[in-house]
Amino acid sequence: MTPVLEVKNLSTHFMTRRGALKAVDDVSFTVGQREIVGLVGESGSGKSITGFSILGLVDPPGRVVNGQILFNGDDLLKMSPAAMRTIRGKRIAMIFQDPMMTLNPVLSVGTQMIETVQAHDRVSRAEARQRSRDALGLVGIPSPEERLDSYPHQFSGGMRQRVAIAIALLHRPDLIIADEPTTALDVTIQSQILFEIKRLAGEFGMALIWISHDLGVVAALADRIMVMYAGRIVEAGRVDGVLTEPRHPYTSGLLSAVPAAVPRGEPLRPIPGFAPSPLSRPSGCAFRDRCARATDICATEPMLEIAAGREFRCFHPHLWSAA
Amino acid sequence: MSARALFAEDMLLGRLVTGIGRSPKAVIAAVVCIILLFAAIVGPYLTPQNPYDLAVLDILDSKLPPGSQSMDGLNYWLGTDGQGRDMFSAMIYGLRTSLGVGVFSGIVALLVGTVLGLIAAYFGGRIDTLIMRVVDLMLGFPTILVALMLLALLGQGLWKVIFALILVQWATFARAVRSAALVEKNKDYVEAAVTLGIGTPRILLGHILPNCLPPLIVIGMLQVANAISAEATLSFLGIGLPITEPSLGLLIANGYQLLMSGEYWISVYPGVLLLVLVFSINIVGDRLREILNPRLGER
Repeated sequence: MTPVLEVKNLSTHFMTRRGALKAVDDVSFTVGQREIVGLVGESGSGKSITGFSILGLVDPPGRVVNGQILFNGDDLLKMSPAAMRTIRGKRIAMIFQDPMMTLNPVLSVGTQMIETVQAHDRVSRAEARQRSRDALGLVGIPSPEERLDSYPHQFSGGMRQRVAIAIALLHRPDLIIADEPTTALDVTIQSQILFEIKRLAGEFGMALIWISHDLGVVAALADRIMVMYAGRIVEAGRVDGVLTEPRHPYTSGLLSAVPAAVPRGEPLRPIPGFAPSPLSRPSGCAFRDRCARATDICATEPMLEIAAGREFRCFHPHLWSAA
Repeated sequence: MSARALFAEDMLLGRLVTGIGRSPKAVIAAVVCIILLFAAIVGPYLTPQNPYDLAVLDILDSKLPPGSQSMDGLNYWLGTDGQGRDMFSAMIYGLRTSLGVGVFSGIVALLVGTVLGLIAAYFGGRIDTLIMRVVDLMLGFPTILVALMLLALLGQGLWKVIFALILVQWATFARAVRSAALVEKNKDYVEAAVTLGIGTPRILLGHILPNCLPPLIVIGMLQVANAISAEATLSFLGIGLPITEPSLGLLIANGYQLLMSGEYWISVYPGVLLLVLVFSINIVGDRLREILNPRLGER
């Protein structure tokens, strides 16, 4: 089965006065059909920029400087702006973090949905409205017909995110890129939304890239997980494997800082230090300044190792008896 | 959008109507505006005579003081002018012209300025620089000076005055729209609309523009008042509207020479009407600004 998305050696740099800022640096991954991939990393690790690069929405001074993004076999980076517009919202949709900000405050929900339908399909207003209503019903919004005439501020936070999801679903895209869509919601609403998204993705056979800094969310949702650090993917593999037997010291560091993953009574162990500035990234492994296992060899670039369905970049990976 | 939704408390129009209702001053001004607008629209059915139908004018009726009766029994409550015209009728006709010119030039200037301001804000770069430098140039000169020079070149005429007023007004709108749109275009909903594959014209007009409306409404109101007084000034100076399209400014100018000889009504009454008109529009405009500017708060 061909993958929905194949990203090869993607590099997105921001040209600043102090030099090129490598927000995304030589990132490669694939997303299979119906696959849910979690992309985790701390703030500034480049995960959101990876998402925007796929949609061709990196604003200057940022620029995709290298790589290929194959979507169903077509290279998105070589597409004309007009062709790209027919992909956005139709074949690839995006869900953002804060639905209060991403819905236009002065337009009714119905207006925004109908417009999205008509942006890609030549259908009558009545039919577009019908489809919008169906989409709202699908994401569990009660009395969708009346809610079409409501404005974003008349919805609660969780309902607003459901509306945003309904808009993303209007064209049944092949791929949805969700950029921290549950971060702004409280925990109970978060789990409801997670459940809905997982159900809908399965129902419509959509692939999903879930960008998050919350390991717990990704563990509950994703099939595969990719851990980004300083613009690179440092570890990738099946969720159960990566989270139980991390190979990269950064992944294990993240895990020992998660409250639920650490046994009761034991202190959480933060990763010492700060993420390096993307302008002055150390040579070799970007994590070595903060890593207890680092040696001199870490000053050289670690190659991507692939072992038993697991990829990681480290000279001193954790060894597990099963691996 | 249903009418109910449009007037709801949390909608723009509903906010404006209830906001004006809370200020007695603004209510009076708004009522005056509505009465004058109504008078201007139905003018010909309201006036006792058509002041520009030479057949009904009688030179013997000229310069009659307010309250006099004409030869054929007509009451001139506001007197007559030098040609024997009923001042009340002449003022209603003048109001028609003044309001018409002000509102029309205001609306066209608003449209032109809005489109250019949106383009400048959204595309930025050289287009922005080009448009905004022209705006700076326009705003750098006094309105009356630009209009005077233009009319000196073009000559008199209704459409020439309107053209001059549009030319001196659009820059104000362009600047206001640009600054509002610059804030809006960086908001996430614009980015979200782009990710949905919605085209640029639709994003500009359907998404960004509705969010820039509050300052536009206020400036629109104030600019209409400005345009009316600018037109009156031009007509008073004798280079505005021709004598066949008399506005309030022209009526004032007509009576100006007679002011000292005791025939005050020919100049003063049109002047009072102009003052009331511009003043009322300004008060309503100010109130709208108070309602729409969150920093000024409820007063």
